[in-house]
Amino acid sequence: MNNETLIPQIVTVADVRIDTPDVKTFRVLTPDGKKPFLHKPGQCAMLSVPGVGEAMFSITSSPTNTEYMEFSIKKCGCLTNWLHALEVGQQLTIRGPYGNGFPVDTELKGKDLLFIAGGIGLAPLRSVINYCRHYRDRYGSIDIVYGSRSKDDLVDYQEIISEWCGTEGVNVHLTIDREQEGWDGHVGFVPNYVKELNPDVSKTVLMCGPPIMIKFTLAGLKELGFKETQVYTTMELRMKCGVGKCGRCNIGNKYVCKDGPVFRFDQLDELPDEY
Amino acid sequence: MYRIPEQNLDRLFSLTAEKSKLYIPADTAAGTAQFMPWKEGLKLTDAHNTVRSAKDFFFPQTENLVGFRVEGKSIEVIDVREETEDFVVFGVRACDVRSFSILDKVFLADPVDTYYKNRREHGTILSLACNMPEETCFCGTFGIDCAAPGGDVQMWQTDGWFYLEPLTEKGNAYIDTVSSLLEECGGEAAAECRRAIDAVKKKLPLAGLTTEGFGGDKMAELFDSEKWGELAEACLGCGTCTFVCPTCQCYDIRDFNTGHGISRFRCWDSCMYSDFTKMSAGQPRLTQLERFRQRFMHKLVYFPANNDGEFGCVGCGRCLSKCPISMNIVKVMKNLTEGDQ
Repeated sequence: MNNETLIPQIVTVADVRIDTPDVKTFRVLTPDGKKPFLHKPGQCAMLSVPGVGEAMFSITSSPTNTEYMEFSIKKCGCLTNWLHALEVGQQLTIRGPYGNGFPVDTELKGKDLLFIAGGIGLAPLRSVINYCRHYRDRYGSIDIVYGSRSKDDLVDYQEIISEWCGTEGVNVHLTIDREQEGWDGHVGFVPNYVKELNPDVSKTVLMCGPPIMIKFTLAGLKELGFKETQVYTTMELRMKCGVGKCGRCNIGNKYVCKDGPVFRFDQLDELPDEY
Repeated sequence: MYRIPEQNLDRLFSLTAEKSKLYIPADTAAGTAQFMPWKEGLKLTDAHNTVRSAKDFFFPQTENLVGFRVEGKSIEVIDVREETEDFVVFGVRACDVRSFSILDKVFLADPVDTYYKNRREHGTILSLACNMPEETCFCGTFGIDCAAPGGDVQMWQTDGWFYLEPLTEKGNAYIDTVSSLLEECGGEAAAECRRAIDAVKKKLPLAGLTTEGFGGDKMAELFDSEKWGELAEACLGCGTCTFVCPTCQCYDIRDFNTGHGISRFRCWDSCMYSDFTKMSAGQPRLTQLERFRQRFMHKLVYFPANNDGEFGCVGCGRCLSKCPISMNIVKVMKNLTEGDQ
């Protein structure tokens, strides 16, 4: 329609999946039934409800999915409350894709991958996991450590059980914070579970979750012998423009929307501790 | 070089305004100077500079980006962009002229901000050398020469004449449109005016301020300075410094229900405000110290790190005269490097 990045296009919500008590996954299509645009795993898009607000969300679906785009969104603010209340058929606006994404075709190629996620932190990693499952022969082993408060708070649980667990060379390790009836899996926090699993230090780590989980997991990985150059994460800061101009997501000389959201920890080390 | 006698300035304004919109710095009812659309009888101010910078011309305080018509579950995107008309700004000082090239580095970087670019393409800048810089002026610190202010046409006012030197294609085009009022002349008078200004520049109270100790390679050192607490202590977080600053360009995007649809607009914002970075997931800059530090680190370290060492300040001195608690970038620079020598 135009070349102005701040002017969005329209998408229609084609499906709403209830993932957890506070997470829903929204499937969106253009009005003529297509995927709105191409993206790389880990990239984001600006979704908005005109009159309510606009915010940056990671694209949860894999680029290998050519039919539609999905966003897993936790209910936590004004816009997300509105999104959680909408019905199928509702139109939204979208613009993007924004950010660098994970280096799936360069640095990650041929590596044994260890995904570590907590809660809604699985949303940006799901795109990469499904991308790597699709191009299975380009990567080594895939381990996924995923934890949440309870079984009911595990996002994408059905997909994890029915698809990820069945993929050759993919090992899924789930954990929940506290004992729960009907759960015979691991119980405990993600940082401790990662240490218990004692992953091989040759692996490349992709991590996303609450700041406290990231802090302790990173410390644990370092104890195991991992270097910061092996660990990637994806960041979240307030954003308005998405193209490195409005100034909001500026940390040091980087803009999370444009230079990130994916950073290696050695890159983050060079920036002021302000995120 | 061309010249026109001062008493013919009204005729120059009148002829310029026939061809395009014209803005000149003039006195407001509040007794300060402000760029205003020229109309018959409006006089050039005697004040040295305008309270608001000239960034408004290319990056206005508010502007509509796009509209939406919402009906039931459907949304229609309405393109509200209008053609920008040609305009001329008369009497821009060297500091503000430099600020445009700093704003260019943000808004014309990929992906180009077309709202900004359109205005930039339609605007012609007539700059004016500073015969009497103020005590708060320190453009020289950033390598700006207020005796040769740049822009599309640079001008000097001396001995009852305005001297005009076109520097760009747009500048030549402007000279063509008003050539009937101009006479060609040599460059001696302007050169003499420059020498006189150079002599004044040396005597300015802030003439000795240097950028030594600042730049893209000073990230960790300056961020971790213990002096930020004391410097930021009295900051009210009012954001005045950011609004009068010619290079501050942070913005917000918001929606407004007009009653006939949704208007999405952008407006100036300030990193000095607590809700600038606040999100439902948390607040990375919890206190005014962090917000205050961000503004100065951005101008003195982060911006030069990304722009070949160019600083994000032009030394216009507006924040020096407008901050209600008298804190400003000069005090910050002096304080942070105190004891370094």
